[in-house]
Amino acid sequence: MRILWQRLATALVLLWLVVTLTFVLVRLAPGDAAALLVSPTATPEDAARLRSELALDAPVAVQYAKWMGGLLRGDLGESFTQRRPVATVLREAIPVSLGLGLSSLILTFIVGVAIGTLQAARRGTLVDPALTFATTAIYAAPSYWLALSLIAVFTYGATVWGFPAALRLPAFGLRDPAGTATGLAAFGDIVRHAILPVTVLAGVGAAGIARYARSTVADLAGAEWVRTARAKGLRSSSVYGRHVLANALPPLVVLLALSLPGVVAGSVFVESVFAWPGMGRVMVTAIASRDYPVVMGATVLYAALVIVANLVADRALPLIDPRRDG
Amino acid sequence: MSRLARFSAILLALLILAVILVPLLAATDPLAIGDVLATRLIPPGASDTLGRFHLLGTDRFGRDLFVRMMLAGRISLAVGVAGSLLAGVVGTAIGAIAAWRGGAVDRVAMAVSDALLSIPRLILLLLCAALWQPGAATVLVVLGATGWMGVARLVRGEVLGVRAQPYVSAAQALGASSRRVLWRHVVPNALGPAIVATTLGVGNAILLESGLSFLGLGIQPPAPSWGNMIAGGRDLIVTAPWVAIAPGLALIVTVLTCTLLGDSLRDRLAGERPTDIAERA
Repeated sequence: MRILWQRLATALVLLWLVVTLTFVLVRLAPGDAAALLVSPTATPEDAARLRSELALDAPVAVQYAKWMGGLLRGDLGESFTQRRPVATVLREAIPVSLGLGLSSLILTFIVGVAIGTLQAARRGTLVDPALTFATTAIYAAPSYWLALSLIAVFTYGATVWGFPAALRLPAFGLRDPAGTATGLAAFGDIVRHAILPVTVLAGVGAAGIARYARSTVADLAGAEWVRTARAKGLRSSSVYGRHVLANALPPLVVLLALSLPGVVAGSVFVESVFAWPGMGRVMVTAIASRDYPVVMGATVLYAALVIVANLVADRALPLIDPRRDG
Repeated sequence: MSRLARFSAILLALLILAVILVPLLAATDPLAIGDVLATRLIPPGASDTLGRFHLLGTDRFGRDLFVRMMLAGRISLAVGVAGSLLAGVVGTAIGAIAAWRGGAVDRVAMAVSDALLSIPRLILLLLCAALWQPGAATVLVVLGATGWMGVARLVRGEVLGVRAQPYVSAAQALGASSRRVLWRHVVPNALGPAIVATTLGVGNAILLESGLSFLGLGIQPPAPSWGNMIAGGRDLIVTAPWVAIAPGLALIVTVLTCTLLGDSLRDRLAGERPTDIAERA
């Protein structure tokens, strides 16, 4: 329990550092948000009024105090361009990104561990290097390119090769814009729209996890209790499924918690290509329009996600694997 | 060197050669826009109405994709290598100084590094790239500024270990200045992991540059980079998918070979390392 409190305190200090660093980075930047926001025909007085309205003319210390004070009350300021609280903008986007991230993460884990285990079990055959090459190649591909390629297959390719209607997956958006479905049918619509983005994220993620899963499983496969299990006459599938995987999973679960932020950040590109209204798209749009409060809010939120994921990974290991308490 | 690593090295060398030579020898200027109507969106392996053959087809302005891709490769490779190198140098300097000076310097450096590591690198990169004028120089600086933390921790750990070696005391006893001992005797012996991390970072840096350019925050058109070429083919993906697909293939081959080479280097350095050093670190 004491360790948990210590870790929580460290996490809070880290979060404060991130918040401060984000503030410093944004203030260091040249250029002036107000100059971009007023219309080209506006007078200098208009720009000055906007500047004081957005508190851009206050001393840096005052701005920092306002930003920190607001943050403590859960107030991230107001979006320059949308004229809505940043917290509201982010609250609408978080479920989309988290839903996308978590479903991809589950698939990532299942597929990645399966591939890694298969490779470790087939060491010395051609299957192992072939899969290493394949996973390294997928891992080398940018996610936005994989997304565009899938879109090409399901639009251009679907026409050229004559896909059946069931395989014509929607490539853009969260749901059918003309759809009036409610309840279960609406959920089905979202699932159909989610297939391509989740495939891209899970594909890249699984390729990354498989590399670790392979070496973890291969290390364990040489253990003496594995030899004992074989000597008992167990089939290879139960040796790997029951004995090796049970011991390989704890470190891989920790790895999974650590890779959550990567998946969520990776969705910046996937959301932008598939036009999903998640945090990634909010971030990219806000950057394009120099909407500093939204950019800062989103950055802090991403950092909070990393810090929480690290905390969970740190505390999860002794829970899953009682041999490691600490 | 494994067979896979040797194959990667040859492939990468061929790619570098092509990237240098193809734009020099090409019949068409990859930047000039000619007769757009006659030459635009030619599919791969076809000739335009002027009779010129295009290996990978043309983009919407009728520019040859293969030649453009090779020209883009110069920028993407150079930015990737330089960005990773910059991160490696900055990380080595910060890590070495933090370990050597200790105390408050060490604590501040590690706190900043922890805070930066808490922001996903892509988000940090977007934040920085968005705040400054986009371009190759910004991408380079930002790659360095967001990539030094991992190397700094590795070097810091190594320097703390090397510092206890007898030859360090010997150099100090001979009257060498603290600075000379650090940079001439300690750092060169603490570089191994930093070199591996920097090599493995090249592929990542190329990917990140392409991502920034894809979002319009990196290399600015008309200068081609693989990322902004893919972005240029983005809204043609339904009608002329090859415009976006081709540069991605070049990107994959490059990052793949860099990763395989880095893996092989890591295995070699880890394998050749004498056990006493490994135990110390």
